[in-house]
Amino acid sequence: MPNMIVCVKQIADPEAPAGSFRVDESANQVVPAPGVSQVVSPFDEQAVEAALRIKDAHGGTITAISLGKNFVMDVIKKPLSMGGDELVLLQDPAFEGADSRSTAYALAMAIKKVGEYDVIFCGRQAADWDAGQVGSGIAEFLGIPSVTVAKKVEFVDGKVKVERITSDGYEVIEVSTPALITISNELGEPRYPKLKGIMAAAKKEVPTWTAQDIGADASQLGTAGARIKLLKVFQPVKEGKCEIIEGESPEEAAANLALKLREAKLL
Amino acid sequence: MADNKGVMICGEITEGKLAPITTELLSGGRKLADTLGGELSAVLIGSGIGDLATEAIAFGADKVYVVDDPLLADYRTDSYVAVMEKVVKEVSPNIVLMGQTAIGRDLAPRLAFRLDTAASMDCLDLSIDPDSKLLLQTRSVYGGNAMGTYVCEGTKPQIATVRAKAMDPMAKDDSRKGEVVTIDAGLDPSMIRTTVIDKVKEEVEGIKLEDAEVIVCGGRGMGSTEAFQELEALAKLLGAAVGATRPPCDNGWVPAAMQVGLTGKIVSPTLYIAVALSGASQHMAGCSGSKNIIAINKDADANIFNEARFGVVGDYKKVLPAFTKKVKELLAG
Repeated sequence: MPNMIVCVKQIADPEAPAGSFRVDESANQVVPAPGVSQVVSPFDEQAVEAALRIKDAHGGTITAISLGKNFVMDVIKKPLSMGGDELVLLQDPAFEGADSRSTAYALAMAIKKVGEYDVIFCGRQAADWDAGQVGSGIAEFLGIPSVTVAKKVEFVDGKVKVERITSDGYEVIEVSTPALITISNELGEPRYPKLKGIMAAAKKEVPTWTAQDIGADASQLGTAGARIKLLKVFQPVKEGKCEIIEGESPEEAAANLALKLREAKLL
Repeated sequence: MADNKGVMICGEITEGKLAPITTELLSGGRKLADTLGGELSAVLIGSGIGDLATEAIAFGADKVYVVDDPLLADYRTDSYVAVMEKVVKEVSPNIVLMGQTAIGRDLAPRLAFRLDTAASMDCLDLSIDPDSKLLLQTRSVYGGNAMGTYVCEGTKPQIATVRAKAMDPMAKDDSRKGEVVTIDAGLDPSMIRTTVIDKVKEEVEGIKLEDAEVIVCGGRGMGSTEAFQELEALAKLLGAAVGATRPPCDNGWVPAAMQVGLTGKIVSPTLYIAVALSGASQHMAGCSGSKNIIAINKDADANIFNEARFGVVGDYKKVLPAFTKKVKELLAG
């Protein structure tokens, strides 16, 4: 039975209206809009779902690991309420200011501490910074193969069969274990937690590990381990000069739109 | 690593030709190399590359490194990372550019971490800082809601992937001269831990989204597979391709290959007709290069009206049939 690990990240809800999004350019920070809730990054929820589908078919265990701060327990326990077995939080000031590399290093060290694993799942990218590098980084630090942007994962005869999305369809890849797979939205909707799962998750003790707990080399963590620096973050200016085409009825407005496009030589 | 010199692009080959991203990277790389006063090289990896090196020179490369080996016929992470590691160590480039494609987004991070440097993914703009001479890497973050400019200060090479269509290719010039260098792949087959057992094409019939001059795109508000057939009818009249935002794909109304957006196809048509879609930044990341966006949406506050040139506020169920009818009349007359 496969031992599986899923890496998840808690972020501000990426589905929040674009209009509520603000950047503090002087502080190089994204300002959380009031009322926007914290969620598990959607691609990571799908990574949990990918692991659960294998557990449904073959049994095994699922350990979720999350690196971050200001954890909202009801949110970050979602992998457990969906059907995962264990959750480990990584929290330490030493992890802060990390780039994809130092994040991947910390997660890889935590995975080593968890011990035996057959498959590690990650979302294809976190839906905040959209870098899409941490999965590959963990695989590189652990020296295991990786397959990225998958839409289907199966366990077949001790190997992992992955459908990996390409520009014109997908390719079917077979990879030996242990392996790391990153999951894309095409996997399909993650399951809703059941009441029983939510109650069990609420009672579950969740350990928090520090840099020392995972035996990490401080020079590889956080800002010290980062190889790239964010110079500035800014919001592109939008012109917003839409000409609204009117009409007595929706049908007339539609016809006027067609006429307008003809006039503008777009038809 | 003060000795790292020049700009290198990692080319891609599709069906025996240079992929469009390759000529885009050559053009972007050429500008950076000229700014720095250095050389632009291209790496072509595959099996049976033939004359494509000459083609890469015609599109802007000074030097082409060809790594041709039957083991490289399929993209596989282990083999391609090993080859790029070898090439980068031999050539010592200052900058390495790849496409934000199925290959580049897989290859760039692993290569960067193996070389103990960093990569920036999905860049829209690359420039050279006049003082530090370092590569300023500007990429979309937060689903396209913001942009971030990054710099890799202490390690080389500086690696970035570039979004499709972010750079315009240069005109082909067959009189350009360059050098072709063959590098041995030196692969041990036992180190390649994945096998490609099948490749499945899921292309939607008709015009490819990436190549289309006109696109009709439907969003969550379409509500069903049947509703998309109405879009097909309009698309047929206009000679357009049909796209979709993520929800119609995730809900199975249309195939995933129709998705336009951050995690789907990047398109830049002359005319983009957006129907019953709100214009979430994750979607706009895939279509903001369109020359003219037309919006049909019943919500006057929808973000798509901030992006569109013309729009109708109304229920697509009423607007779309009337619009299609009028378009048909105009095109016939």
